[in-house]
Amino acid sequence: MSSTPVAGPLAAEKAPTPAAASRWSGTQESIHFALRNRKLVFGLSVTLVMLLFALIGPWIAQHPPLEYGGDLYWAPTTRNGHWFGTTMLGQDVFAQFATGLRLLFIVGALAGGIAASIGMVVGFTAGYRGGFVDDMLNMLTNVVLVIPTFALLLVIAAYLQVRGIMTEAIFIGLTSWPWAARALRAQTFSLVSRDFVDMARMSGRNSRQIIFKEIAPNMSSYLFMMFILLFGGAVLIAATLDFIGLGPSNTISLGMMMQLSVQNAALQLHMWWWFIPPGLAIMLIVGSLYVMNVGLDEVFNPKLREL
Amino acid sequence: MSLLVDDLKVYYRTLAGDVHALDGVTFSVADGEIMGLAGESGCGKSTLGNSLIRFDARMRYVGGHATIDGTELPVWDTDAMNGFRFRTVSIVPQYAMSALNPTRRIGDLVADLLKAHGMHPKKELPELRRRLELVGLDPAVLGMFPMELSGGMKQRTVMVISTLMNPSVLIADEITSALDVSTQKAVGETLVGFRDRGFVKSLIVITHDLSILYQIADTILIMYAGHLAEKASGETIISSPRHPYTKALISSLPEVGIRYAEKKLTGIPGTPPGLLDPPAGCRFHDRCPLASPKCLEKPPFVEVDDGHFVACWEET
Amino acid sequence: MPLLKVDRVSKVYKVGAFGGKELLAVRDVSFEVKPGEVTSLIGESGSGKSTIGKMILRLSPVTRGTITLDGVDVSALKGRGLKSYYRTTQGVFQDPFSSYNPIFKADRVFNLIRSSYFSGMDTPTWQSKVAASLEAVALDPVQVLNKFPHQLSGGQLQRLLIARALLLDIEFLVADEIISMLDASTRIDVLNLLGELKERGLGIVFITHDLSLGNYISEKTVILRRGCIVEMGATEKVFGNPQHPYTKMLLASVPQLHSKWEELEPELKAQVAELAEGPAALQQHVAVDGDALPPEGETAELVEVEPDHYAAVV
Repeated sequence: MSSTPVAGPLAAEKAPTPAAASRWSGTQESIHFALRNRKLVFGLSVTLVMLLFALIGPWIAQHPPLEYGGDLYWAPTTRNGHWFGTTMLGQDVFAQFATGLRLLFIVGALAGGIAASIGMVVGFTAGYRGGFVDDMLNMLTNVVLVIPTFALLLVIAAYLQVRGIMTEAIFIGLTSWPWAARALRAQTFSLVSRDFVDMARMSGRNSRQIIFKEIAPNMSSYLFMMFILLFGGAVLIAATLDFIGLGPSNTISLGMMMQLSVQNAALQLHMWWWFIPPGLAIMLIVGSLYVMNVGLDEVFNPKLREL
Repeated sequence: MSLLVDDLKVYYRTLAGDVHALDGVTFSVADGEIMGLAGESGCGKSTLGNSLIRFDARMRYVGGHATIDGTELPVWDTDAMNGFRFRTVSIVPQYAMSALNPTRRIGDLVADLLKAHGMHPKKELPELRRRLELVGLDPAVLGMFPMELSGGMKQRTVMVISTLMNPSVLIADEITSALDVSTQKAVGETLVGFRDRGFVKSLIVITHDLSILYQIADTILIMYAGHLAEKASGETIISSPRHPYTKALISSLPEVGIRYAEKKLTGIPGTPPGLLDPPAGCRFHDRCPLASPKCLEKPPFVEVDDGHFVACWEET
Repeated sequence: MPLLKVDRVSKVYKVGAFGGKELLAVRDVSFEVKPGEVTSLIGESGSGKSTIGKMILRLSPVTRGTITLDGVDVSALKGRGLKSYYRTTQGVFQDPFSSYNPIFKADRVFNLIRSSYFSGMDTPTWQSKVAASLEAVALDPVQVLNKFPHQLSGGQLQRLLIARALLLDIEFLVADEIISMLDASTRIDVLNLLGELKERGLGIVFITHDLSLGNYISEKTVILRRGCIVEMGATEKVFGNPQHPYTKMLLASVPQLHSKWEELEPELKAQVAELAEGPAALQQHVAVDGDALPPEGETAELVEVEPDHYAAVV
């Protein structure tokens, strides 16, 4: 490779005076901007409120979620503790909703975590090693990317008698990592060519140490945001799978609530309390996660900030 | 007078306050003059060059005037400047080579530019081709993508494009920094050729490299920390400078012929002042061997000799 | 006396999808670096000078040839051997801001050295060692320690990197364009620092495109073009009595401070143009399919023009 062209000589000296004059450390500055960023504050608040609901809800529900009761078709009322009303079969919608919400967070975190981990391993390795290893991992990523997940899930569903949360989460995690791997690979590429990686090599560090101590911390904001996106994506995929009936077979989730409500003609029967809460919850959580992400991008990337 | 700048002040807005990047500069560039604008980083030369053509989002116009051929340049108003850019004043920006859109052919870029300024690409094509040949480029370059050209070729292409409408003033911002020595010579000579052929009336060449300026510029203007230090002909600046900063700068430049063992050159101790809260008076005084209490008052930029301006109490 | 020897080193890069094409970056380069001397590698972009620097620093593998330090083949070292090699040879690069991890403080580069090589040392001893290093590069500890890279200037950052290298008691330093991104008034200070280090016995490989810098600081000069050495020898001989047309062209194109550019003589122009298509001895720097490395023995011979001055036969 030819030597780098003689760079603009004063690029190095253009350390802008404002940064040198900054009174704050990097973290303090980030927190200052974080609190001022409306998107971040809004997104975070909504997510936290829903999380709180998910934690406390199942505890305060008056009835078990799947129990068939005698109060059918009830609209939301304070009688018998059916604050969100009941379903066709007398099940308490509030209890179902609270359980489903908790499940949503669990699946999101688990699936998002699995996808993020695989994405990190594949992305870092491909980006750092380059060459043949990179080509091979790229092929693997592309193959997983084009697998028709829906068809695959149908096949799996046909073989498994009982599907639980874990199965769903693992499945989503194993099929949604490719784009994360791609993005991380690109980021790693750009960092690997920086001189501080060479400096670390010349200080006696090995590859593993360099990836985790030099490169990954530089991407920490990126990794964080990526996890949020994977979380949101996993929630949506889970809801879709549940809605078409491929969800867990031993519990109730928000997507399943919507599926059941459609199957039982809730819309025509004006049983709005059955399908609006779950739909609204999914929309709010995923939406606020994405809004939060945009806000985070502004916080982490100084160039996007308004002065 | 081609270009007249009067007490121009441009600051940068930051969280911590205003950075006084350009703090009241007054000078003129005559018709046919190639003026080199030199100084170290943070001296304000790029700010000066950019303020005459386009403010970027962080720059704030504070005061002063710029006049070209008697007409005032409305530098504070981006939209009003549209009528002047490219026709009256034009720029070859820093990193021009990477300023070419990599996914478009050069010819398409030029066509867009011409259309945006109300010209017909087809009509201008013969002149464009002629100029490309003059700078040593094959007109087939118009059909190529930027990545097919070498650094020097891209630089010359951008220079031809920037001067297509024969502006009165061309600002060349660090155009030779990223080039090899042999290409630097070609590009420098091309620049002088533009002036000689009348494609531009006067040139402002912004660079940190005084030796290039010595080769191509008629006069050199030295800036320091947002103020002007000295202006004189190239020969005078190099061989008989009068401002202490210029003297120290010249004596810190190694040349082919000077060796460490024989004559150790010295740098200038200290660093330029921060411009967030600049010191009063002469901004060089804390590094100047001739500093005195008088220097706490800003020295005026006055003519001490024919065409030779200095801002130093010791020299006036 | 330690000796860094680069012996018939070539570097071929595989480019293209699945590495189909080959790019010849460095071709059959041989030279020596002695302690107490600065050897300049001078060339324009594409000359391979940075690649040679990276190979000396073991950041890029050698395709053919050997690099030896006191007879020990450096290119074959791994693990612990490599780690102890870095105690003898270190490098500083062009962009000071790229050399530091921006999220950590600048002096973390010292801590990396400490945890790799001086893990047993107690803190007071370490701190005085750091202070001594900083003094050797004329930096004030109070001004540079505990700061982030963006709070320091380019000149300070480069000196900090030299101080880091000095912590290891190195014998050789590879300085790859370390001056080019600094301001004019700082450049000469860092350059003089290299002069002091060479007087203390360090052997320095000074990679640059700027002939005046090379002329100022080095004892030996190697002129590279497209991966080959076209001329090398004692600096005053190479600059004072250039033999190869490429060297002559470089010298004629350097902007000087007291003389104007001269028009190149037509004969010189023709010779330089011929180089581009010239004999196989100076092959083009292009990607070829298949084997870019020519068989051994087929290179431009460096002919001794006078004692300690060699130029390639054209």
